[in-house]
Amino acid sequence: MKLNDEQQMLQDSVARLMADKGPVSHLRELRDRNDEKGYDEPLWHAMVESGLTGILVPEEHGGIGFGLVGAGLVAREIGRNLSVTPFLSTAVLGATALATGGSVKQQQKWLPAIAEGSVITALAVDDGAKHRPEAIKTEAKAAGDGVTLNGGKLLVLDAHVADLLLVAARQGESTALFLVDPKAEGVTIERNRMVDDRNAARVTLDNVAAEPMADGAAALAAALRAGRAVLAAELSGLAREAFERTLQYLKERKQFGRLIGTFQALQHRAALLMGEVSMSDALAMQALDACDRNADDAEVQVLAAKAKAARVALLAGQEAVQMHGGIGMTDEFDIGFFLKRARAGGETLGDANYCADRFAVLRDY
Amino acid sequence: MSDLEQFRAETRAWLEANCPEEMRQPLKSQADHCWGGRKWQFQSDAQKVWMERMADKGWTAPQWPKEYGGGGLSPEEAEVLAEEMKRINARTPVSNFGFWMLGPALLKFGSEELKRQHLPPICRGEIRWCQGYSEPNAGSDLASLQTRAEDKGDHFLVNGQKIWTSYADKADWIFCLVRTDPNASKHNGISFALFDMESEGVSTRPIELISGESPFCETFFDDVKVGKDQIVGELNRGWDVAKYLLTHERNNIGGEPPGFLKGRALGPLAAEHVGTEHGKLADGALRADIARLEIDQMAFQALVGKIREEAEAGQGVGAQSAVLKYYGTELNKRRYEVMMDALGAEGLEWESERTMGGLYAREWLRSKGNSIEGGTSEVMLGIVSKRLLGLPDA
Repeated sequence: MKLNDEQQMLQDSVARLMADKGPVSHLRELRDRNDEKGYDEPLWHAMVESGLTGILVPEEHGGIGFGLVGAGLVAREIGRNLSVTPFLSTAVLGATALATGGSVKQQQKWLPAIAEGSVITALAVDDGAKHRPEAIKTEAKAAGDGVTLNGGKLLVLDAHVADLLLVAARQGESTALFLVDPKAEGVTIERNRMVDDRNAARVTLDNVAAEPMADGAAALAAALRAGRAVLAAELSGLAREAFERTLQYLKERKQFGRLIGTFQALQHRAALLMGEVSMSDALAMQALDACDRNADDAEVQVLAAKAKAARVALLAGQEAVQMHGGIGMTDEFDIGFFLKRARAGGETLGDANYCADRFAVLRDY
Repeated sequence: MSDLEQFRAETRAWLEANCPEEMRQPLKSQADHCWGGRKWQFQSDAQKVWMERMADKGWTAPQWPKEYGGGGLSPEEAEVLAEEMKRINARTPVSNFGFWMLGPALLKFGSEELKRQHLPPICRGEIRWCQGYSEPNAGSDLASLQTRAEDKGDHFLVNGQKIWTSYADKADWIFCLVRTDPNASKHNGISFALFDMESEGVSTRPIELISGESPFCETFFDDVKVGKDQIVGELNRGWDVAKYLLTHERNNIGGEPPGFLKGRALGPLAAEHVGTEHGKLADGALRADIARLEIDQMAFQALVGKIREEAEAGQGVGAQSAVLKYYGTELNKRRYEVMMDALGAEGLEWESERTMGGLYAREWLRSKGNSIEGGTSEVMLGIVSKRLLGLPDA
């Protein structure tokens, strides 16, 4: 796939925006002051102004409806800079779920608000340590007009600052998303700072009143697909940056009286890493494009892309630390942040093993 | 109807009328491939008819100019032809090193006389070519080759030895790297020469591989006379031609390699041998290996697509071909390892009819050469690190 002119322009402007307003140093600052909101607010406002929060919101609801390739281009730059924003939780997962399965009323209420950056949404899927949306335990029981939810959720991104929770729950045979007010009675949100210094909460739901969507099952499926595809792009961007920083280091660091980049053992490792990073990136972009085109194999491609990107990002993080040597192990140096984010981003919405398993199921073996 | 649609309709009709039914079956083994040449024994009338009909259309070399026996098709038309052939599973009518390597070299570097002499017989499947590059002491370090071509006034006299010459014993002509200036530095002083394998002083000896097959030969030249008009490109600048062809060869990697696994999915193949439980392969570790391999292949294909697009946009492929060569061959080796895991004892059979004479094991073993021939994996990584990553020399 080739980027069209609009996409190319988006890529260039987002690359500048993230480098200027969302560099790695911001992640460090947020962490060091244990920021209450836990995300880069000035950057988020700049993204709102650029229309990026509405990138997946249809135009009739105030967004720019740019498609997943566009969202992936944003995520790639987020990955390169380790920018901390609710882009994934809100602009990708929230917007996709509501645009796909929300009732007209729900869409009118939430989609314009997402586009204008006035709300943050959080998707609550996992009921255990591992992502398994096929076996959701959280239960939805009919109660009057709505439903009541009971269960517990992990790895709920940005839940502690969310205005809306989208909760996956099982109702009889089907699993669907339900809308929950985070301030509703029975909701407990335990903010957890994770290894990557992002916020992911544990959410407990004790007889919580929730609102069904028009098609909550479709909303869940669409959100998972979009989220995995966008994460694949983010992880590919992260891997590319970790690789490039490492390559630069190989050209500067001297040991035994020569540049370490002259050693064949390191040259070959760098060459292999470049190949892996390029493949991860190419597959991520191809998968995003397959989603936008509604290709028959879009789901297979997204699973493959997420699996590949998760492995490659982790590889890039590990190789980066190893090739930086001792300095790579220090907190003062930024390269470790990439390894940490690779681990957390890889786990989110299904790790490489999960995605490979589903990939095999779809390929009938 | 656009011109291209018109072309598609005509092509489809022509193929329907002219491609024999037998030539629409998948190759059962490499032996079904039509190599052409003076010594070629057609496996069937259908194979002969198909080659001749395609050659008459110029479609054995669709994009070569018509005046040299090709089809004169544009890249778009050639793609349509390929798609239409694939649609009916039509076999490649004939192909050998003349099509893959010498033709592209002649079209880029050859004189008008050489093009007119050599291209039409290639297109008609009359002459089968082989490639004389490697020598016993010049493998990965190809430019250190020692085969000499001495200027004897009206001809060159060639002496030396080549190794890993593909099908030298079955080929009619050879394109060969020879040293024409022994005093020049390594990469200079090499020329790209053409001569008939029936010339006096040429002898070949097949090399038996670990696969039990002998696709390669040792080739010996003892005072072989070569015409002075049979040099492609400038004298002593043969390395330019060789380098161009190596890149060209590596670019062709990325398509699915030929062989038993072509077009076959490993999952169902494994299911036949290890069985399933709850709809999944019974061997969970094998299942995970297959999935990981297929995901890596998909990522590789995505990169191939991207590099091709960039090449078409004029950014060229250049050293990216080393990336493709490395991953294409390493993935193919992995594919055969997983296949052997899946086949179990059946994959080990060396002669039985049910395995087509040990086809699985032989192809598995043959695949080990993929990351050696045409530049080893290690040489590729060296090219990537120096030319793409700009890492310094020691």
